[in-house]
Amino acid sequence: MNMESAISPPMNPFVIHPAVIKEKRQEAPEIVTFRLQLEDPAIRKQFRFEPGQFNMVYAFGVGEVAISIVSDPDHPRELDHTIRIVGRTTDVIGRMQPGDRLGIRGPFGKGWPMEEAKGSDILIVTGGLGCAPVVGAIEYIFRRRENYGMMNILHGVKAPHDLLYRERFDAWRAHPRTHVWLTSDEPGKTWHYHVGVVTELFDRVQFDPNHTFVMMCGPEIMMRVASHLLSQRGLTPDRMYVSLERHMACGIGLCGHCQLGPYFICKDGPVMRLDRILPWLGKSGI
Amino acid sequence: MARPARSFRQGTKPRLAVMKFASCDGCQLSILNMEDELLSLGTVLDIAYFPEASSRRLAGPYDITFVEGSISMPEDVQRLADIRQRTTWLITIGACATAGGIQALRNWADAEEWKRAIYPHPDYIRSLSTSTPISEHVKVDFEVWGCPIDKRQLLRVLTDIIGGVRPRLPHHSVCLECKRQRQVCVLVAKGEPCLGPVTQTGCGAICPGMARACYGCFGPAEGPVAAPGAPPNTHALAQQFHRSLGLIPVEVIRRFRGINGYLQPFREESHAWESTEDTHNQG
Amino acid sequence: MNPSHTASWGILNRRDFPRLLDALRTQGYRIIGPTLQDGAVKWGDIATVDDFPVGWRDHQSPGHYRLERTESFRYFDIVHGAESFKPLTFAPRETLLVLERTHKTFVATPILPDPEPLAVLGVRACDLAGLAIQDRIFLHGPYADPYYRARRDRLFIIAVQCTRALDTCFCASMGTGPQATAGFDLALIEGDADFVVQTGSEEGARLAQHLSLHPVPPERLRQEEIRMAACAASQTRSIDQSALPRALYDAHDHERWDDVARRCLACTNCTMVCPTCFCHGVEEQPDLMWTRSERARVWDSCFTPDHGYIHGKNLRPTIKDRYRMWLTHKLAAWIDQFGMSGCVGCGRCLTWCPVGIDLTEEIKELIRSRQASGS
Ligand SMILES: Cc1cc2nc3c(=O)[nH]c(=O)nc-3n(C[C@H](O)[C@H](O)[C@H](O)COP(=O)(O)OP(=O)(O)OC[C@H]3O[C@@H](n4cnc5c(N)ncnc54)[C@H](O)[C@@H]3O)c2cc1C
Ligand code: SF4
Ligand code: SF4
Ligand code: SF4
Ligand code: SF4
Ligand code: FES
Repeated sequence: MNMESAISPPMNPFVIHPAVIKEKRQEAPEIVTFRLQLEDPAIRKQFRFEPGQFNMVYAFGVGEVAISIVSDPDHPRELDHTIRIVGRTTDVIGRMQPGDRLGIRGPFGKGWPMEEAKGSDILIVTGGLGCAPVVGAIEYIFRRRENYGMMNILHGVKAPHDLLYRERFDAWRAHPRTHVWLTSDEPGKTWHYHVGVVTELFDRVQFDPNHTFVMMCGPEIMMRVASHLLSQRGLTPDRMYVSLERHMACGIGLCGHCQLGPYFICKDGPVMRLDRILPWLGKSGI
Repeated sequence: MARPARSFRQGTKPRLAVMKFASCDGCQLSILNMEDELLSLGTVLDIAYFPEASSRRLAGPYDITFVEGSISMPEDVQRLADIRQRTTWLITIGACATAGGIQALRNWADAEEWKRAIYPHPDYIRSLSTSTPISEHVKVDFEVWGCPIDKRQLLRVLTDIIGGVRPRLPHHSVCLECKRQRQVCVLVAKGEPCLGPVTQTGCGAICPGMARACYGCFGPAEGPVAAPGAPPNTHALAQQFHRSLGLIPVEVIRRFRGINGYLQPFREESHAWESTEDTHNQG
Repeated sequence: MNPSHTASWGILNRRDFPRLLDALRTQGYRIIGPTLQDGAVKWGDIATVDDFPVGWRDHQSPGHYRLERTESFRYFDIVHGAESFKPLTFAPRETLLVLERTHKTFVATPILPDPEPLAVLGVRACDLAGLAIQDRIFLHGPYADPYYRARRDRLFIIAVQCTRALDTCFCASMGTGPQATAGFDLALIEGDADFVVQTGSEEGARLAQHLSLHPVPPERLRQEEIRMAACAASQTRSIDQSALPRALYDAHDHERWDDVARRCLACTNCTMVCPTCFCHGVEEQPDLMWTRSERARVWDSCFTPDHGYIHGKNLRPTIKDRYRMWLTHKLAAWIDQFGMSGCVGCGRCLTWCPVGIDLTEEIKELIRSRQASGS
């Protein structure tokens, strides 16, 4: 028997903290960015995060969803979340307006290797619809452009209309020492970029495998193929990182939902070094 | 505050109607049984048409229409189409509406012959030869399963719609709920042919809680049509009923051909046993 | 429980057994133990020694559980009940938070469980091993679970050593039983005329002082060791862990998964009765006015359609995927995650599987031959 801890409960990781919506930006028809501020000053003050980490974002009476933090870690008093409206909870969140409250638990998980990658060239590979987890890393680098080398951003979609948020890619393209490569599996009238799968772009991109860090996010099969091709180009798996997605209910390694092989994506990830996760990546039925 | 955006005209209460087709009224009774909640329901909803409960009959259109009962008479089809036209949300409630109900047993029989056998003047009886779920005739926005429905589930769906949230109910087995309630499994401990493993949750595992086998009132787990290799595995359970619990094929058929017997997973299972009914050795 | 505690032994006469209940009650504990309920044995309140299932023993085999009358006057002839220890610390359903709307915002209030002191009598070695695993998960990860902790810290645990194994038991091969060696306050071995009482913690030793124990002849302790060893030797099932976790990871495409998928109902029972499974979901229940909402944690399972759901698709749609998830997690991934197997060999998942699937048979096939699946 030890009654002590029952008397003075330690921090409760299930408690949801209200955050006020300061700003709302409609990025695309189904994509919104919220700027949030935690209401409780004490919690706000101690809140620190890394690019690639996520919050469990809560809509009152509806539920929580895992959402990456895309704002800059040097300004942790305000948190930006870019949310794609895909279902029951995000639907409600998407209709919220400035002044409304969302709930937050976080930050959770492991982020991108921003420190290790300092001084290296960066290759970002993304695919599919929206890829919030890398956005935080990209913006992080742009704010500290001098700390990083050449930046190549490769993004592939199935069809031209899947390119949500084209303006953002255009904005990134404007940064120094930055190339943005877009491709679509299917051609389209307004599509003046490459046609083909994202991995085809690798042949066009110049990089030095010994001085490059790769950050990937998207369908697991795509990341699997990409990592294979990049290995052939001389990149070692310890310089490749992926961000993964699984069902998340707790975000703190307790509920069991986010498992992928021996890992809990919420606490061992969502960002993982490729060599750790490669055997599990894109395997069917797990 | 976190505003659950309303899909209804601002400032007005959503108008609710309750409509009935072939059924026993049990599900409407479940609504009436919500004594505790009816009062607050009245403050958030305008109960515009609910003959069972009140003489107030406001004409449509309605925001939410609950439909009870199955389509079993020729004129039902047109009336249903009209209801569909006049409502935003069409929500079927109960196994009659979602699965054709117990009266769907006629779908396996010669309904004309039944009529002749039962009624002195069979000519007076105007009914279709089948009893079919509402979703076979019009688009249904949400289904609340069960015979009768569970009032907590119904309340949950209403709460979501009022709050502007898409309703969602769980699709897993009754067993999960049975175990959450710390009940002793009647199949394992008593040899009862419990349908809980292949039946959708929702009832609160009432029957196993009373030491009885589940009858499958909430229909097949994971939905009305089973995907290949996905639950419910009715076949494995039927085998267990037959081989280990000693049910003969006709008894196996009776288990599956109940209130929800017309829904594909249960229907196909009972059919499979029909062909082996004489041989007694389903393989 | 203090790991540095030095165990001591004593003998409690059978007629003095009620003193144990009295002593616990004096200390303020509510007492629960094995009781007869609904044709099975479950945890229930113990008011007097008559509440124990005296004169009953349990028969368990895959998919089958029956109680049988005996002439015995012992209290603990039932090996283990329908439930593991799990619901006592990890509740099947419990409210985590109540959220209330205020003027513009909302407040979240945690609802911690009532830490009523609870003595559990009749805990088996496998139960304790399961509890140790759950402690590892809920208390010793990066985030400790305050709800689990509140239920856990109030416990006084009295183990009963096993001298009879069920047909379904295989704790010996998992290294978790039949003898409980740690994790209890007191442990009992039931003999015909008396109990051998072992202390396992300072709290246990303090309680033992109220029991007027007699010294134990060393010969007696040796006899009991032999009885427990015989219980271990009588177990017929086993899991060969030498090739795990690798062998099971490598069996991803084995055809046996197709075979078991034809038999498995994906009903979740195995995960529910398993003392170590920890998956849970959260149910949100707002009131009609949308002014108050309750978030409750409920047991979940990798056999449910939601477990592998990410927006737009289910990563594990088939029964095959889900059975593979359960077995691979339980017997392989668990070792990587927590440094131990997720199975303690209690055999409950065999007994309480409605179709009697036996994981010891499945794992044997899966790691014996590494045939590739046809599909
Ligand atoms: C680490 C991580 C970071 C992410 N970052 C972002 C981001 O920055 N931006 C973004 O837009 N998305 C992000 N996502 C994806 C986002 O979490 C999902 O799109 C979101 O959970 C879907 O919510 P929903 O609207 O479908 O809500 P719901 O459908 O209400 O889902 C809420 C929760 O239940 C689960 N769920 C959904 N549907 C069902 C169902 N039918 N049955 C059972 N469970 C269900 C979901 O997995 C989710 O955990 C991220 C995901 C992860 C894991
Ligand atoms: S009693 Fe029925 S519902 Fe309950 S666990 Fe057993 S088979 Fe499942
Ligand atoms: S897997 Fe089965 S035998 Fe092993 S601990 Fe769980 S219930 Fe017991
Ligand atoms: S994933 Fe399955 S086997 Fe693993 S703890 Fe959860 S329910 Fe148990
Ligand atoms: S193994 Fe047995 S208990 Fe587990 S899900 Fe399958 S049928 Fe149910
Ligand atoms: S989200 Fe719950 S364990 Fe990872």
